Amino acid sequence: MTESTYRIHGATGEWEVVIGLEVHAQVTSNAKLFSGASTAFGSEPNCNVSLVDAAMPGMLPVPNRECIRQAVRTGMAIEAQINRWSRFDRKNYFYADLPQGYQISQLYHPLVGEGSLTIEADEKAGIPEDKVIGIERIHVEQDAGKLMHDQHPTMSYVDLNRCGVALMEIVSRPDMRSPAEAGAYVRKLRTILRYVGSCDGNMEEGSMRADVNVSVRKPGEEFGTRTETKNVNSVRFVMQVIEYEANRQVELIESGGTVVQETRLFDVASGTTRSMRSKEDAHDYRYFPDPDLLPLELEDSFLDECRASLPELPDAKRARYEVDLGLTEYNARELTAEVETFARFETLLAATAKAIGKAERDVATPVANWSLSVAPGVIKSLGDEADPANATAAAQASILAMADKGEISGGQAKEIYELVLRTGRDPQEIADTEGLKQVSDTGAIEAAIDTIIAANTDKVEEYRSGKDKLFGFFVGQTMKAMQGKANPGVVNELLKDKLG
Amino acid sequence: MTNELTNLGVKAIRDGVASGTFTAREVAEAFNAAVADAASLNAFIVTTPDHALAAADSVDAARARGEALGTMAGVPIGMKDLFATHGVQTTAASHILEGFKPQYESTVSQNLWDAGAGMLGKLNLDQFAMGSSNETSYFGNVISPWKKAGSNAAMSPGGSSGGSSTAVAARIAPAATGTDTGGSIRQPAAFTGICGIKPTYGRCSRWGVVAFASSLDQAGPMARSVEDCAIMLEAMAGFDPKDATSLDLPVPGWEAALSADLRGKKVGIPREYRMDGTDEEILASWEQGKAWLRDAGAEIVDVSLPHTKYALPAYYIVAPAEASSNLARYDGVRYGLRDLPDGAGLQDMYAATREAGLGDEVKRRILMGTYVLSAGFYDAYYTQAQKVRTLVSRDFTEAFAQCDVILAPTTPTASFPLGDKTDDPLAMYLNDVFAVPASLAGLPAMSVPALLNSDGLPLGLQLVGKAFDEQSVLDAGLAIQQRAGFVAKPEKWW
Repeated sequence: MTESTYRIHGATGEWEVVIGLEVHAQVTSNAKLFSGASTAFGSEPNCNVSLVDAAMPGMLPVPNRECIRQAVRTGMAIEAQINRWSRFDRKNYFYADLPQGYQISQLYHPLVGEGSLTIEADEKAGIPEDKVIGIERIHVEQDAGKLMHDQHPTMSYVDLNRCGVALMEIVSRPDMRSPAEAGAYVRKLRTILRYVGSCDGNMEEGSMRADVNVSVRKPGEEFGTRTETKNVNSVRFVMQVIEYEANRQVELIESGGTVVQETRLFDVASGTTRSMRSKEDAHDYRYFPDPDLLPLELEDSFLDECRASLPELPDAKRARYEVDLGLTEYNARELTAEVETFARFETLLAATAKAIGKAERDVATPVANWSLSVAPGVIKSLGDEADPANATAAAQASILAMADKGEISGGQAKEIYELVLRTGRDPQEIADTEGLKQVSDTGAIEAAIDTIIAANTDKVEEYRSGKDKLFGFFVGQTMKAMQGKANPGVVNELLKDKLG
Repeated sequence: MTNELTNLGVKAIRDGVASGTFTAREVAEAFNAAVADAASLNAFIVTTPDHALAAADSVDAARARGEALGTMAGVPIGMKDLFATHGVQTTAASHILEGFKPQYESTVSQNLWDAGAGMLGKLNLDQFAMGSSNETSYFGNVISPWKKAGSNAAMSPGGSSGGSSTAVAARIAPAATGTDTGGSIRQPAAFTGICGIKPTYGRCSRWGVVAFASSLDQAGPMARSVEDCAIMLEAMAGFDPKDATSLDLPVPGWEAALSADLRGKKVGIPREYRMDGTDEEILASWEQGKAWLRDAGAEIVDVSLPHTKYALPAYYIVAPAEASSNLARYDGVRYGLRDLPDGAGLQDMYAATREAGLGDEVKRRILMGTYVLSAGFYDAYYTQAQKVRTLVSRDFTEAFAQCDVILAPTTPTASFPLGDKTDDPLAMYLNDVFAVPASLAGLPAMSVPALLNSDGLPLGLQLVGKAFDEQSVLDAGLAIQQRAGFVAKPEKWW
C-alpha cells in the first residue's frame, strides 16, 4: 500500500500525522435508547422528556430494540464482528445535562467489534490508492441533554430533549495519515450510515459529531502523545482541526515542549483548538455494569433479520454500476455517493428501460448522463420556475424514450423537460403540440433534398468531383428547410444516397 | 369492634368484607384510628386516611353491585416510603426528597390498589433503605412496640423496613410492603415477631421503587401470617415490561397451593451458619425449627454453603457500589432539595445539596461505593466481590441438589435497644450476616416468628428456597407457624 505523503514540514524535518476518529452517530429511531420519549429534532425545550430521561426516583431503563437493531446493521455494513453477548456499563460523572449522574454506555463488552471501511483513491487529495481504515468497535450509548447559558444572567437552563437519545460511537483505528484521509473516512462512513438508514448523517443538526485524535511523529517512529478534540461537527472542521493540531504539536515539540494528553475544544471562528482539561483533571468515570439491565443476548433470528434487511452497500453498488451497467468510473462514483441520487437514478433507469423495452444495461449510459448532467442543468437554468413535483420518473423516462427512438433531438429533450418542469404537462403531448419533434418521414425530407439539389447544381457537381466538405453544406440546407426538426441520421442517409 | 378489627389479618379482613361480616369502610376507619393513636411509634412519615377510606368505599360499592372483588379487597395496608405513590410525598426517609410528590405510581403499589387494597400511609424506614435498626431516617427513629423484659428502653424494630415491621406488629396495619436488599424485610420481621418474604429477584417490579442497589433490591410483603404473605405477594408480583430485570413468568397461585405437609421434602441445615458469637437462644430456636419441620414430615439434611463468610463483605462492596451510582441523581437540579449558596456554581450546589440532604449512613455508603469503583481499586474490590457473588450462588445451587429448602436463623441476635450500635457500623452490618447470602443469590427467603427469648423478645427463623420456588418457602413457613403457635403480641404502651 502506498502511504500518504502528507507531511508537516518542521524545522527539524518532516513529521507524519497520525489520526484516529471517534464518530458519534445518532441512531435513527422514533424513541430514545432506554425510554419511550420522542427523538424529534427542534421541539420546544423539555417537551420530549420521559420520567426515565429526567431520572425521577425509581425509574428504570428498558432497551429500545430498534436502536440495537440499527447498530447491529451498521456493524454488518462495515463487515464487523457482531458480539452476540454484550453489556451496558454506567459511566459515572456529575453534570447538569446528565440527570442520572451516569451515562449508560458500553465499555467492557461493546455490541460491535472489529470492522473496516475503504476510502477511495483520490489523486488530487493525495490519496494515491484505495485505503482500508480499521474500525475498532461500535458501541451504543445515551446522549446527554443540553445546557443553555444565554437565557438568564446568573443561571444556566437545561434542555433534556436530546437526553437519552441513542448514539453509536464508532471508533476507528489510528490508521489515517492526512486531513484528506480523515475527511474521506468521515464522508464514507456517513454514506454507509445513510445507505443503511441507521443515521441521517445530518452534521448541522448534530446527528454526527467526531472526536478527533491527533498525534505527530517522525516517519517510522513510535506514535506520539495524542490530543483529543471533542465534538467537531463537519468534515471541513475535522480537517481543519487535524491541520491545526498537527502544526501546533510540531511547533511545540520543536520548541522544546511536550505534547500533553488532553481534551481540547475546537473554536470554529478562529479555526484553532484550545485545552479543555488535561489528563490530570480527567474524571474517574467508575465504569461498572449497569445493574438495571441484563446483558444483551442476540438470537440467530434477530441477526438474520438484520442481515436480510441490509441494502446494497456503496462499494458493491459502485462496482455493479461499472461492471453490470457499463457506466464510467466517474458516473458510477457520482451516482452512488448519495442515497437520494442513486435512488432517483435507479427509479428512472427502470422506468426508462421499460418505456423503451430494452435491458437496463442498454439504456444505463444515457440515463446516467441525463441524471448527472442534463436534468440538473435544466433545473438549474430554470431556478424557481421549476416545480420539483413535476420532475417525475415517468416524465423523464418518456423523454429519454423519445430520444432513444430518434423522435427528438438532445436539444428538444431539454426544451421538453423545461416545459414539463414549468407546467407538469405530458412530454409526449408537448413534443406533438409544440412541434418539438424530429421529422423522420423520408418523403418530406426527400422532397426538401430534391429541391436543394435542384437549386444548387453547381455545388452538387463540385461535391461529386471530390469536394467532400460540401456535405455539411447540404446537411445544413436540409435542416434549415426542415426548420431544424429533421432527424439528422435520416438526413445524412438520404443525402448520401441522392448525392451518390 | 374496632379493637377486634385491628387484630385481623389480610385473609380475615378480605373474607369478612367479601361475606359482609363488616364493611371495608369499618375496617379502614378502625385502622386509621389505630394509626392516629400510635404516632409515638413514628412508624409513618405521612398518613393517608383518605386514601384508605376511598379504596374501602370503592370496594364496598363494588360488593353492593355484586361485582367480583380483588384478592386484597378491603385490606388497608402500610406502604414503605420507598415506593413512589402518585401525588403522595415519597421520600425514602431522606431530607433530599422531602416534599417530593411523584407524578407516577410504582408498579407494586398499583398492583395492590388494583387488587382492592387501600393505603393507610407511607411508612418510615432507614434512609434510602440503608440501615438495620431504623435509626438512619431523616424523619426520626421508628420505635418497636416490643419491650425487653424489665426494661423501658426503646427497642429497634429492625431495618430498613422498620416502619413496616412496627406497624404490623403493633396492629396498626394488617400488612405492609417492605423491600429487601440485604435482609431489610426478614430482619425487621424477625425483630418484631411477624412474617416477611423476599421473593425471587425479579418477581416484583422495581419500577417506581427508589433504588438502593438495583441487582439486589426486591419488594415483598410483611404480615402476621404465612397465608397473609402468600395472598399479598400474589397481588404484588408479576411481569413488568418497564423493568428489564423483571421475571417474565406467570405468578403462581401460592395461597391456593399452601400446604404444611412436608412429607417427602428435604430441609437443608447449612453448617457454616453456626458462627461464633451467635446467641445461644438463637441456636436453640434453630434446633426447635428443625424439630418442627421434622414433625411436619420433612427429612433434615446437613448441607454446606462454604462461601458464607465472604458473603457479607462482598455485599458491602456490591451494594454500596450500586448505591453510589443510583443516588447520583439526587443533585438538586430537577427535584427535591436544592441548596444553592450565594454565588455558588454547579459543583458548589451539588456539594451543598448533598451535604444537607443525605444522612451520614447514606454518605458512608456512597463513599465506600465510590472508592471500590475507582480506578486502580475496581478489580481488587468490585470484580472480586462479583466473583464471590457467583461462588455464593453456586453454593446454593449445589446445596439445593440435596434439599428443597434451607432452614437457618434470620438474625444472630434478637432486637436491641435503639442507640446500642449506632457508633459501630460493623456491628450493625453483622446483623444481616444470615440474610445477605440469599440476597446475593437472588433467592426467595422468608422469616417466620418462632418464639420469644428469655427477654420476651421475638426470634425468627429463616427459610431459603430455590429460585422461583416461593411455594416451598411458604409451605415450610406454614409448617413452622402451625407448630410454633406464635401468638405473642406486644402489650400496648403507646
